[in-house]
Amino acid sequence: MDFYYQMLLIRRFEEAAAKAYSTGKIGGFLHLYIGQEAVGVGSIATLKPQDYIVSTYRDHGHAIARGLDINKLMAELFGKKTGTSKGNGGSMHFFDKEKHFMGGHGIVGGHISLAAGIAFASKYRKEDSVTMCFFGEGAANIGSFHEGLNLAAIWKLPAVFICENNHYAMGTPEYRALSVKDVSIRAVAYDMARDRIEGDEVCKIRDHIKVAVERARRGEGPTLIEVSTYRFRGHSMSDPAKYRTKEELEKYKQSDPLLRAQLDLLDLGLKKEDLDQMDTEINERVDAAVKFAEESEEPPLSWLYNHVLAEDK
Amino acid sequence: MALLTMREALNRAMVEEMEKDKNIYLMGEEVGHYQGAYKVSQGMLDKFGEARVIDTPISENGFAGIGVGSAMVGLRPIIEFMTWNFSLVAIDQIINSAAKMLYMSGGQFPMPIVFRGAGGVGGRLAAQHSQAFESWYAHVPGMKVVAPATPKDACGLLKSSILDNNPTIFIESEVLYGMKGEVPDEEFYIPLGKADIKREGTDLTIITWSRALSLVMPAVEDLTKEGINIEVLDLRTLRPLDEEAIMKSVRKTNRALIVEEGWPVAGFGAQIAYLIQKDAFDYLDHPVERVTQRDVPMSYAANLERESLPNPERIKEKIRSMLA
Ligand SMILES: Cc1ncc(C[n+]2csc(CCOP(=O)(O)OP(=O)(O)O)c2C)c(N)n1
Repeated sequence: MDFYYQMLLIRRFEEAAAKAYSTGKIGGFLHLYIGQEAVGVGSIATLKPQDYIVSTYRDHGHAIARGLDINKLMAELFGKKTGTSKGNGGSMHFFDKEKHFMGGHGIVGGHISLAAGIAFASKYRKEDSVTMCFFGEGAANIGSFHEGLNLAAIWKLPAVFICENNHYAMGTPEYRALSVKDVSIRAVAYDMARDRIEGDEVCKIRDHIKVAVERARRGEGPTLIEVSTYRFRGHSMSDPAKYRTKEELEKYKQSDPLLRAQLDLLDLGLKKEDLDQMDTEINERVDAAVKFAEESEEPPLSWLYNHVLAEDK
Repeated sequence: MALLTMREALNRAMVEEMEKDKNIYLMGEEVGHYQGAYKVSQGMLDKFGEARVIDTPISENGFAGIGVGSAMVGLRPIIEFMTWNFSLVAIDQIINSAAKMLYMSGGQFPMPIVFRGAGGVGGRLAAQHSQAFESWYAHVPGMKVVAPATPKDACGLLKSSILDNNPTIFIESEVLYGMKGEVPDEEFYIPLGKADIKREGTDLTIITWSRALSLVMPAVEDLTKEGINIEVLDLRTLRPLDEEAIMKSVRKTNRALIVEEGWPVAGFGAQIAYLIQKDAFDYLDHPVERVTQRDVPMSYAANLERESLPNPERIKEKIRSMLA
């Protein structure tokens, strides 16, 4: 129920963001997570408040699942001073120190070694924190992935590396970019634990990820997990996604994680009216977030030089 | 003359040269099946096939290295970075391999490679996706650095870069891809290292390149109405640098303003200012001035992004103060 609520919140938030983007209120790149919600929600549910999350430019879902304030997130998308990064970050750079949300990052795979670094710090200070790092299968081809995983493995860092394989890196299907059919097998090269799951059932995802998080917490080192999922939209708002067929999209829409969760809840005896009621409530929350973002002020020009160096205000 | 967009002009340059020499190939992320992330290589896969228009995984350091290795044994790669922001993970290969190969091999291995792609500040793309790197690459000896401002220049300069036997950094402004301009129908080349006077004038010289030219022009038009007559010099290549054209113009107008999209500190404009004070000091009626991107990473917020970039207002203000 809780999971369903979060997934629906992510979906409605992003639908509202897409709308605001098409009217020019949101600029830059906007990469939507629609279709992948179960992965973020199921994975992040296994974490404690002291654990860390590191994400990519496709970070809205992870941020919401972590419980970041959707008013502030929407304000960030609008480039307002009330945003999570005070308007400096935008869609690709959500950050929230309090929630241990260590950013959306715009360079593919660059953040994978950052995640190893955060996990390194936890081990260094003997703190009971696990770092969870999300990335796409495209990122599994970049140097930072290989170097970050190797270092995490040799030092047994408390990290969980989650490859959200949505089968496309922009317009490149996985078979044209990956030397392996199974991304998780790359863990073998680093003598690292591995796992592989389908990404449409949120509870199943939680159960699998939990094993990895516990392994990390016990000090037994990192895990690489590949979760197979699908993005229903293009890579970003500017991508018409012509590289895949309508049939393929339709096939995946059959296993829309939200639909599955809905059916499961109905099976459990929940009433359709209750779910509709929930949707109405969520829509109201999202509308309020849009209103908050719209009514917030732009950062003042005097902020231009803020935060360039630590001694700046 | 045909009216082409910047992306069409670049496309034409690559196609013309690839038709002539089988050693030339294009490699990068999304250059083939996707028809180019910014559609610069549209149609090229159909024309040349997968052996010569080569899609890569997201592995910049790897495919930059493949480019350099293949150039060592006689191929002539065009390596596309989806944007120059992502070249940073490949900068080791660009600087430590490509730029130094000829020198450290005692002249045995020329490096006929072009690294090209979208550069500069995009529309609200924030700090990691909005930055101009011309100055960074121009810092390094052993490479040529090209940054065109018009479709015609882009076409002629890219063709020369492809034929050049040195590694060339070819930076295309992301926001100019859709810009239209006249391009001669017949085949033509523009030599590297030759600046171009985009507008003649007498009162002050603006020295600029790439996207900054399009920020300069509206300011210059406005000032013309106030009776101010400005000369605009488009460098087109930063390395080699057309010092003669700079000095000639500054000696004529006695005032120099450099307008650039990059950051000020150790930026390319600083080098130009140094050269002008060295070689045209006696002709100067005012210290050399610069309008640059502000000395901060790029913000996402629309108003802060506007404020960061050199804009026509800032340029006009600076010119008025220099002529007062
Ligand atoms: C180093 C680098 N190269 C290229 C890009 C441009 N780019 C942004 S996202 C992307 C595709 C990434 O695909 P994947 O890792 O599978 O993640 P997904 O977008 O599918 O979630 C590319 C090529 C970039 N941001 N950084």
